[in-house]
Amino acid sequence: MENLSEFEANQKDLIHILHKIQAEYGYIPSQALSSISKHLKISESEIFGVLTFYKAFSLKPRGKHLVTICTGTACHVRGAPMILDELKRQLSIEPGETTEDDLFTLETVNCVGACALGPIVISDGDYHGQMNTREVNKLIKKIKKEIKE
Amino acid sequence: MDKISITRLEEIKTEVAESRKKQKTCITICGGTGCHAYGCLEIAQAFKNAIKKQRLQNQVNVRTTGCHGFCERGPIVVIQPAGIFYQRVKLDDINEIISETIINKKVLDRLLYVDPRTGERIVEEKEVPFYKKQKRIIFGNNGFIDPTDVKDYIALDGYKALTKVLFNYTSEEVISEIKTSGLRGRGGAGFLTGIKWEICRQSLADVKYVICNADEGDPGAYMDRSLLEGNPHSVIEGMIIGAYAIGASEGYIYVRMEYPLAVKNITVALKQARNLGLLGEFILGSEFSFDINIFRGAGAFVSGEETSLMASIEGRRAFPRQRPPFPAQKGLWGKPTNINNVETWANVPLILNKGADWYSQIGTKKSKGTKIFSLVGKINNTGLVEVPMGITLREIVYDIGGGIKENKKFKAVQTGGPSGGCIPAEMLDLSIDFDTLTKVGSMMGSGGMIVMDEDTCMVDIARYFLEFTQEESCGKCVPCRIGTRQLVEILTRITQGKGEEGDVKKLLDLAKIIKEGSLCGLGQTAPNPVLTTIKHFRDEYEAHIIEKSCPALSCKDLIVYYIEPKKCVGCLLCLKSCPVSAIKGERKMVHVIDQDLCIKCGACLDVCPPKVGAVSKYTGKKRDRILKKASSIRDRK
Ligand SMILES: Cc1cc2nc3c(=O)[nH]c(=O)nc-3n(C[C@H](O)[C@H](O)[C@H](O)COP(=O)(O)O)c2cc1C
Ligand code: FES
Repeated sequence: MENLSEFEANQKDLIHILHKIQAEYGYIPSQALSSISKHLKISESEIFGVLTFYKAFSLKPRGKHLVTICTGTACHVRGAPMILDELKRQLSIEPGETTEDDLFTLETVNCVGACALGPIVISDGDYHGQMNTREVNKLIKKIKKEIKE
Repeated sequence: MDKISITRLEEIKTEVAESRKKQKTCITICGGTGCHAYGCLEIAQAFKNAIKKQRLQNQVNVRTTGCHGFCERGPIVVIQPAGIFYQRVKLDDINEIISETIINKKVLDRLLYVDPRTGERIVEEKEVPFYKKQKRIIFGNNGFIDPTDVKDYIALDGYKALTKVLFNYTSEEVISEIKTSGLRGRGGAGFLTGIKWEICRQSLADVKYVICNADEGDPGAYMDRSLLEGNPHSVIEGMIIGAYAIGASEGYIYVRMEYPLAVKNITVALKQARNLGLLGEFILGSEFSFDINIFRGAGAFVSGEETSLMASIEGRRAFPRQRPPFPAQKGLWGKPTNINNVETWANVPLILNKGADWYSQIGTKKSKGTKIFSLVGKINNTGLVEVPMGITLREIVYDIGGGIKENKKFKAVQTGGPSGGCIPAEMLDLSIDFDTLTKVGSMMGSGGMIVMDEDTCMVDIARYFLEFTQEESCGKCVPCRIGTRQLVEILTRITQGKGEEGDVKKLLDLAKIIKEGSLCGLGQTAPNPVLTTIKHFRDEYEAHIIEKSCPALSCKDLIVYYIEPKKCVGCLLCLKSCPVSAIKGERKMVHVIDQDLCIKCGACLDVCPPKVGAVSKYTGKKRDRILKKASSIRDRK
């Protein structure tokens, strides 16, 4: 599949390759494993081991909208757990999962450097500060409404 | 080629000085991550457009800089050279700033910072209490530098230390200077940097490496990120000097994947450094050759540990390994490798510029220099603060941090992230350095400082950190993998009101086993949050276990939300905001929460107007009474 010629045929380029594929497809398609394996001359099981070790890579595609909540310490003490509960309830998924209609993926992140605004929720790259359960509710409703339109 | 590049460096400095003579005024807009979230990019663009429209671009320079540290008050705009400090600037303010402050030289009162204690409006950045007690020798330049322009760094004596070192110092002399300075690693354990370099220098090999650890795993810290994003050349210069000292030819910056802006800014900085002959072959015309690669991490906390980090660069799973051999002897691909934290590297050029003697006057006997902390949580002035080692916690929390939000009671600070511990209010006068923090059961770590107030539950905090380490445990050794899971199970039970007598002892016993039996620092320090909270807040553990109550009113399973009938005005606000329709009532009638339906999301408390204040949380006996009453009413129905 992938053109890997820009990478050295050396295990040290494995994580770079995985980053590139993840960025391009939003996940690591299973066919990619065999092309990487051929290029780097390491076994598919070794690649699988590395890929599943790191959180950056996923074997499943993400939903259309990405909702990320900061669960860093500063946001935690300012009430992030309540907001996470509300997001889970609204979307009926756990962090790391995607809704069945492939519309939403919920993820957590640790400290995005905006602690002054905590608790922080990021929807498709937009930062929303000083969140509470009500605001996050509105946010999800708004995105859902936009999807319908 | 000899010396040409040095001359070029001098030329750049003169060029910048000349252009600044013409562009006397400089509007700097903080472009740190906090201000990004507030929308500083639009503000910077609007300033640029407005300056152009007024045809002022030859006199006024507009620059987006790195983080100024005072994230609470963003977006921050500082007008140089006067140093006028405008905070919480909005798009609507821009035209007025230009017409009044830039053209008419008048200060706009409403954008100034007001000292909450005196009510006084403060004009200059350096007079703001948040900055006054800081000593910003590493972080201060952030506010003057456009990180994507090496010239800004050079104008502030950037790469001067490197020039000095390459042509006047032997490697041994550099190491000796760093040793004399007393610099200790800022990445966690506080190992003496000069000694580490010396060991690596003495390890003989054909190839050696230096690494900058920018994995910044502490989930409440962002100073490494702000340094890399805001002043990447200071880190690069430090690395080149270090590489020269130990004889390394190749370097890596290992950056956490969540930091795309840092990756972008370093990429630009490395390119500019190469173009100027500051990296690559025969640096600045000297005999020394060295270059740096960027490696993007892939999301694993344990990869911040040095041996795991190297495994990760090699393209493998980030498993730690037994030490010795230390990386300085056998590191990346089995070659001697020196690994230091971002902030450690950023200290290096400063030490060589100003001299070890100057540097070692700052700080305490055994902890020299400054430390950058991310002061966050329930604090009024959230931000990044750089303070001399030895400052007291009280000065940080009250003088710099401006005290606790909403005048609540200070309970504790947590330092050292998942490896650290909680320091209680009784210890506010503790002077902060590597050794004092370790002595009280916490640690410096990378510099997270999370302030907690009366509403923070200490059992929950312990559970939070343990859940974090348990999730991040790489699973290689049993005490860490199984032990942390058991700690989380017990702590979770306690916060759910299912704690049993003897749980505290169980926690203590497990902590001991994990500390002693784990392979790497992750496991060895993982129990610290549990140990310090038990030590200082045992009463909270007992309240949860024996009385099934959470004194901080934080643990969901141990509290109820209740509408005080005497206070409720029947405004329907809470009723409408409840996501599960658990509140019954009508306009002008007292509202009641159906405790069976309530999911304890807190929305009602958030919306009840403060002057009404009808919604309260209760725990313990009062909670039991409320629940009992609710169920008897239900039964009657
Ligand atoms: C679990 C674990 C995580 C760590 N994470 C980091 C980190 O994120 N950043 C860092 O600089 N050091 C981290 N360290 C410390 C490194 O192993 C190493 O000691 C440090 O990078 C050395 O640099 P210094 O001497 O400049 O402090 C971590 C250590 C452990 C045990
Ligand atoms: S902890 Fe959430 S932004 Fe820092």
